[in-house]
Amino acid sequence: MTQSSAAASSMSAFVASRRRQLITAFVVFALIALVPRLVTDVYMMNVLILTLLFAALSQSWNLLGGYCGQVSLGHALYFGIGAYATSILYVKFGITPWGGLLAGGIIAALIALALGYPCFRLKGHYFSIATIVIAEIGLLLFHNWDYAGAALGIQWPFTPDSWWTLQFARDKAPYFYFALGLFAVTWLVTFSIVESKWGYWWRAVKDSADAAESLGVTIFHSKMAAAAISAFFTAVGGGFYAAFVSYIDPDSVMHFRFSLLMALPAVLGGVGSLWGPAIGALILIPLAELTRSYLGGAGSGLDLVIYGGLIMIVSLTRPEGILSMIKPAVKREATA
Amino acid sequence: MTTQAFLQVIASGLLLGLIYALIAVGLSLIFGLMDVVNFAHGEFLMLAMYATFGLVLATTLDPVVLMPLVVALMFVLGVSVYAGIIRYAMRAKANPGMVQIFATFGLALLIQGLAQYFFTPDYRNIANTWLGGKTLNLGGVFLPWPQIFGGAVSLAVFAGLYWLITRTDFGKALEATREDQGAVALVGIDRNRVFALGWGLGAALVGIAGAVLAIFYYIHPQVGGTFALIAYVTVALGGFGSIFGALVAGVIVGLVEALTTLILPASLKSVGVYSLYLLVLFVRPSGLFGRL
Repeated sequence: MTQSSAAASSMSAFVASRRRQLITAFVVFALIALVPRLVTDVYMMNVLILTLLFAALSQSWNLLGGYCGQVSLGHALYFGIGAYATSILYVKFGITPWGGLLAGGIIAALIALALGYPCFRLKGHYFSIATIVIAEIGLLLFHNWDYAGAALGIQWPFTPDSWWTLQFARDKAPYFYFALGLFAVTWLVTFSIVESKWGYWWRAVKDSADAAESLGVTIFHSKMAAAAISAFFTAVGGGFYAAFVSYIDPDSVMHFRFSLLMALPAVLGGVGSLWGPAIGALILIPLAELTRSYLGGAGSGLDLVIYGGLIMIVSLTRPEGILSMIKPAVKREATA
Repeated sequence: MTTQAFLQVIASGLLLGLIYALIAVGLSLIFGLMDVVNFAHGEFLMLAMYATFGLVLATTLDPVVLMPLVVALMFVLGVSVYAGIIRYAMRAKANPGMVQIFATFGLALLIQGLAQYFFTPDYRNIANTWLGGKTLNLGGVFLPWPQIFGGAVSLAVFAGLYWLITRTDFGKALEATREDQGAVALVGIDRNRVFALGWGLGAALVGIAGAVLAIFYYIHPQVGGTFALIAYVTVALGGFGSIFGALVAGVIVGLVEALTTLILPASLKSVGVYSLYLLVLFVRPSGLFGRL
């Protein structure tokens, strides 16, 4: 076989495998869409909505933390910005949450760009700790910002069920479909970017920052792009969360635990992979919710013991994530 | 504001800063030795505080007398955490940085959960100590004795560390291992042993801080989080791995925090520290005394 025909056949194999992945994804999304027909229990429905939401959030985190290797532990900032932008625009100005979601996403993306400029000069642990500190400053500021309700937060008014106001009191299924839609969009965005030139640059940054650095300014731009896209979808998730719970305060949307909750599913499922965040969220969120409601009564702490123990065990025994148990070739495929 | 009130703020900030330095130095030591950030550092501090509290209850002795015992217990904890967790985390071939972060985060949640389960979320404090409630009046500047004691212990610890690292065989092995992990094996230093002792020492150091803090601060399962972020900021500000950097940064953090309260409401006192830290980091990405 000549070289060019070998290249052509590997190219067509690549296209075929991409198509297969896409079809699989649509089948998975379609199957998930059937779930509300089977589950009627409101509590279970809430758990499933949160699972999908955190799958989407972790997928967004994965763009920057997983593919690009920039371990942000401050994504609660963007989540909170989305929640606050959506709540303030809706409650104080009567603007539909859809506008708030978009506005929050854009504000968060701009802030990510402004912060990325200095932060991407920091390496490894210095970067991670700087992101924690920046999010913590945000939390403190919101705690003291009277216009945004300070520590008391913002309560959404009770209104009839409507897609326009994203309020559904009786039937939770619409929230489920919204969360599924958000997850599908973040998955598709990840899917289309990771095999583009940005995707290759990100992995180059992750695998060898110094070598990638020598390629100069393009790397910096691709990191900035990852940060902006990641922040945008995180904020959209935050805005949706605000509509879903109808009441926010600084600790309930910008606390450090949200930064962890966005990173952990990706880490447990498999960082820098297409399905890792979803698998991680599928295990982690129901586990966290169920242990909290069955063991966590009156702050007993047993839920934290199980949760913390699981995180420790999985990260020690499966550094490549749970996905690697199901499909050992996953890591290779990503860097091939 | 009067000069006296200003001096009061400076003196309180200085004493608090020395304690911050003491909390942070174990974290910095472990990082310098093996490039690992222990995200359970705050929980180590919390355990040391509960250990002091429990021993005081059990023996009715003064917390100052019980300090060596607490420090010894923490040393054992540090060595066990290394042997049981960190050793395995360091073997990870995929995503080693993330494995360390999340293994120690998992440990932090586990310890917090256990503390909540066994000790309940109630706030505790140690009453009736020799130092408790007494204040030194220094020409109108009032300094509580527990804090003075803490500052003195902190300075003594830093002096001791300096001696340990520059004058003892263990210190030399520690320094050699930080310089070149591969080469030390060739000259017959057991790397694992040095790492284990390093974790023991790091935990013992935060143990000293916990025992001091337990005398004048409330003890509860979440207390670690209050101090952990300050400790990470202190270490990053001083430069990861730099012992001297931790001391200087701790004092700076204490002073800036105290001075911030003069301009901003108390609930924003950390904003000054965090902003200064970011500012320094953007000028010197490896901290004040970090190796670039």
